[in-house]
Amino acid sequence: MSVVARWAREAKLDDPTRLELYSKLSEIRQFEQRAYDLFLQNLVAGTSHLSLGQEAVAAGFAQAMRDDDFTFCTYRGHAHTLVRGASMTGLMAELLGRSNGILAGKGGSMHLTSVENYAMGSYAIVGSHLPIAAGAAWAAQERGTGQVSVCFFGDGTTNIGAFHEALNLAAVWKLPVVFVCENNLYMEYTPIASVTAVEHPGADRAAAYGLESLIVDGNDVDEVYGIATTYLERARDGGGPALIEAKTYRKGGHSRADPAKYRPPQEVESWLARDPIILYRSRLLELGVEEKTLDDIDSEVLTAVDRATEEAKAAPPADEELIHADVWADGGSRWRN
Amino acid sequence: MAELTYREAVAAGLAQEMERDDSVYFIGEDVAAPGGVFKTTGGLLERFGPRRVRDTPISEEAIAGAVMGAAMTGLRPVGEIMFSDFFATCWDIVANQIAKTRYMTNGQVTLPLVIRAANGGGLRFGAQHSQSVENWAMAVPGLKVVAPSNPADVKGLLAASIRDDDPVIFLEAKSLYPTKGEVPDGEHVEELGRAVVHGDGEDVVLVALAAMVPRAIEAGERLRDEHGIGCRVVDLRSLVPLDVSTLLESVRATGRVFTVEENPRLCGWGAEISSIVAEEALYDLDGPIVRITTPHVPLPAAETLEDATIPSASRIVDTVVKEQ
Repeated sequence: MSVVARWAREAKLDDPTRLELYSKLSEIRQFEQRAYDLFLQNLVAGTSHLSLGQEAVAAGFAQAMRDDDFTFCTYRGHAHTLVRGASMTGLMAELLGRSNGILAGKGGSMHLTSVENYAMGSYAIVGSHLPIAAGAAWAAQERGTGQVSVCFFGDGTTNIGAFHEALNLAAVWKLPVVFVCENNLYMEYTPIASVTAVEHPGADRAAAYGLESLIVDGNDVDEVYGIATTYLERARDGGGPALIEAKTYRKGGHSRADPAKYRPPQEVESWLARDPIILYRSRLLELGVEEKTLDDIDSEVLTAVDRATEEAKAAPPADEELIHADVWADGGSRWRN
Repeated sequence: MAELTYREAVAAGLAQEMERDDSVYFIGEDVAAPGGVFKTTGGLLERFGPRRVRDTPISEEAIAGAVMGAAMTGLRPVGEIMFSDFFATCWDIVANQIAKTRYMTNGQVTLPLVIRAANGGGLRFGAQHSQSVENWAMAVPGLKVVAPSNPADVKGLLAASIRDDDPVIFLEAKSLYPTKGEVPDGEHVEELGRAVVHGDGEDVVLVALAAMVPRAIEAGERLRDEHGIGCRVVDLRSLVPLDVSTLLESVRATGRVFTVEENPRLCGWGAEISSIVAEEALYDLDGPIVRITTPHVPLPAAETLEDATIPSASRIVDTVVKEQ
């Protein structure tokens, strides 16, 4: 077990944060597992990028964020959107292309968004959302709202230009934004180390922008929650941006099309032994949390996932009338008179 | 009425809106202390302070991304891309993110933002600093595209673009920056999607945009005076939204349509105009639709070459006389 974050050492056993973290982990795990099962049943068209194995990053940050802090994430965004409180039925229905989808079927798996929960979008072009997250932080800074923008992206993103433009702007304008590099060791199908000039794709770049080099065990939700709390607070207090690299691992492939056969079996085995849910569950049991308490959380989540699945499946397909809706703010798509 | 240059009208439009609305911010490269490389934004820093008028690094993706992120969370920002050619370095943010996010999120996100840029030729800058890129933007659903032809419209259409709740690509014709014109005193706001007709000739209509409008007007006068051909000029002012009804009225009144486009030939906006006229007013035509464009080449730099490439008043006159 890694060194456990200070918050976890000092927290009381009955601190509700512990069980809330567990609940978030369980929610992401079971939602993503169900999404995968629905793929196998051919109920989901298009592509999908799951966060199985990477749950602790989304859970730890969401737990640390203020309700009105902004989340910006990538096409691997089911977890980040769900964990901010977006409707599970809405998310599941979006994957299934149903009329009750959170985007009414117009966005799909790679664009999940729930503005009412401050989940400001899943961006499917690598790197694009870093400057956008900086822009939201800029607005928060100017409006004095105290909001922090949190921007999640993969290791592969650190090699695209927008990453560097956003980091530099955030640093020179001292913006309240926390950049979170989810380093799962592979940029899509290619080992990140084989295409990157430095060992730690996020942390080693931080110095170039005058930022601390920060690495966290992304499979340990206590560690993630601890570092998230620290740097969110710092950004909120005017301390400027941070770049945190969370080391983690996908349980499966890059997307549904990828069986991930390029990963050495030993590597897979050692990471799966550090599965974030198994890790946290055993820690809580060691601390004396009753097994039944955790089982009850799991079964409550399962009930919610079942209900979301049924409500999504029962809904009609996405409404064709919406094809012409909402290109413009007036609700329509007219480009001429 | 005050006489302003086209470049002064940019600052006047921005100042009018920044005065009116605290959520209007303006960022770009060399825009604050230097007042813009084309001197379009001088005085704004002094008037509105360093938070609302701010220099950025040379980072077009950061500029476009920052205005998008700010627009979706409560500001009404204006970003400057120094030369419209540089849209190529941030086209992901513009075409993939800004244009599509409202639609993809089923209307959850609103993006009241403007990106201004100096567009087109005339300054002998060569192929990477002189392009007319209005057709790039016009081809992407979700972007409004505005291109004024005179100082009054610069102010009025910029104000309208800033007040609009959708993303607007605002293209200033860099060859027109030194030109002068009367600008109404007091608050001046135009309407997006309304074309303006100059003249009432009944023989041909010249459909033009931005820097091509004054050339078309000059050509129209020469056609009337030297060749007895009656012209009217439709200044489209915005490509999206497009004022088709004003266009078709002029087509019906004249029966002959010539487009005058600074963009290279293929897929220029005039091709869409031609298509609309052919579909909706074919039987009102007395002859073929003719497009007068920059040839399909990158724009050359030397004076003689650039002048021979971009449509001139003389070329418009010659083409109309030959085809009429």
